[in-house]
Amino acid sequence: MITLEWLYVLAGVVFAGWALLSAFDRSNGKRWGNAAFWVLLAVSFFFGSQFSAFGNGILVLALVAIAGLGGLGRSDPATTTADERFNFSALLGNRLFLPALVVPITAVAGTLLYNYTPAGESGLFEERRETLILFGLGVMLALAAAMAWLRPPVLAPMQEGRRLIDSIGWAAILPQMLAALGAVFALAGVGDVIGSLAGTIIPDGSVLVAVVVFATGMALFTIIMGNAFAAFPVMAAAIGIPLLVEGYGGNPAVIGAVGMLAGFCGTLLTPMAANFNIVPAALLELKDQNGVIRQQVGTAIPLWFCNVAIIYVAGFLLWN
Amino acid sequence: MNYWPLVGIAIVVGGFALRFNPLLVVVAAALATGVLAGLDLVAVIQALGSAFNDNRYISVTWIILPVIGLLERYGLQQRARAVIESVRGATMGKLLVIYLLFRQITAAIGMKDIGGHPQTVRPLVAPMAEAAAEMSHGELPEDKRQKVLAMAAATDNVGLFFGEDIFFAIASILLIQGVFESYGYPLTPLQLSVWAIPTAICAFIIHGWRITAFDRRLGRIPRRAVT
Repeated sequence: MITLEWLYVLAGVVFAGWALLSAFDRSNGKRWGNAAFWVLLAVSFFFGSQFSAFGNGILVLALVAIAGLGGLGRSDPATTTADERFNFSALLGNRLFLPALVVPITAVAGTLLYNYTPAGESGLFEERRETLILFGLGVMLALAAAMAWLRPPVLAPMQEGRRLIDSIGWAAILPQMLAALGAVFALAGVGDVIGSLAGTIIPDGSVLVAVVVFATGMALFTIIMGNAFAAFPVMAAAIGIPLLVEGYGGNPAVIGAVGMLAGFCGTLLTPMAANFNIVPAALLELKDQNGVIRQQVGTAIPLWFCNVAIIYVAGFLLWN
Repeated sequence: MNYWPLVGIAIVVGGFALRFNPLLVVVAAALATGVLAGLDLVAVIQALGSAFNDNRYISVTWIILPVIGLLERYGLQQRARAVIESVRGATMGKLLVIYLLFRQITAAIGMKDIGGHPQTVRPLVAPMAEAAAEMSHGELPEDKRQKVLAMAAATDNVGLFFGEDIFFAIASILLIQGVFESYGYPLTPLQLSVWAIPTAICAFIIHGWRITAFDRRLGRIPRRAVT
């Protein structure tokens, strides 16, 4: 069976490659910082499952120390010029899109085939991880095809990848760190505290006010945690189920489904949702780290009001 | 009830607001929260370490960068621009509204991995949006150009978030189902996912309208520059 561990080894190889190339890159004044950072991440991907929890914790602290204290520099490996790229793009034409499309097509079509044909019964992939594993397979296929077709210098993919990852820098592990923070918050009972606070601030008797507090709690807690998944169980337990469903007799399906979407409006507004908001700002080389969030505010806020209206109308007015 | 763990949230909010390095902010918040909740420091470091280890699958996606970087070396972004430039009457507004719809519909039928920031936004959607904007409005000043790129990323997010819950076998729907079931309300995933449709329609109308309005606003730049 192909498990997530196989994919971690592949990722470890890529990170180790970036570490090695960084170490030899004399043009980067902080090359040892970059090398140490990617070596540590490679070690985590190769051996993280064998380490103790404390060992992994120390590794996390070391990664954060390097990146947090400005140890990462930005590399500029040799590449093609803008003119060369333009000429290549004219020469190679739309076939250039094909390797790029191999990755999503392998992931999506492979997942569908695996789940809706007898192929799934083969137990080839670790359960519920098939999409990610197929994504890894797609990357290897795309890379092999592009190498065979374009015949670039053998180190070109790793060097070009290093250029991109260095433009992302520390933000590359922020999403994973935030997930770890969520786990510590859960362990410390932060959700219970917020739920009990939210449960105490609702005046009696008004369905609309209760809906607004529920949707506000979903959005605010999502903004804090960066993830509506952390907010939902807390707000459902504090307000959604005891008050909206049991107290006022609302439609549980509407309250659940649209309540979650009110949280998604919060996801659009927070740097804590780094994968969606901070990483693309780095990938697109925006000067403003919050540039993507700024373009989302005008959608998130009116959409949040829509969600409140949908819960109130469909969950209560039409339901009773 | 012990309210001290909320200090961690204050550290996060303050740290981000004061623009400290987010990784330092996150670790400081985690350590403070755990210790103030009464755990000892070693236990907090252990919790942080095992949670980081369990979430490695999040960072695995970076293995796509060598492929994207290699194709960019051979002009992928330039090709994406050329394709848009060859479409007569293409505008940034039309392009991003179509992408929004495409992303919502594919996510709604379970194909949420078809888009994404490293896979499609950086190499394809963002350069196409920029090229389309330049076709209608001429060369953009740097701040406007950055807003066009940011809008391309924002459109990917909005399309994904407000499409994926229409698909019944998605993690958030299963989470809602699990929470309600534990309180004695058995719901089927399909009962929940149909209620993502009204919000999806609102999201398309609101964000689609904003994209179009943004494209119109860009149009005022060259005229002002000329006069």
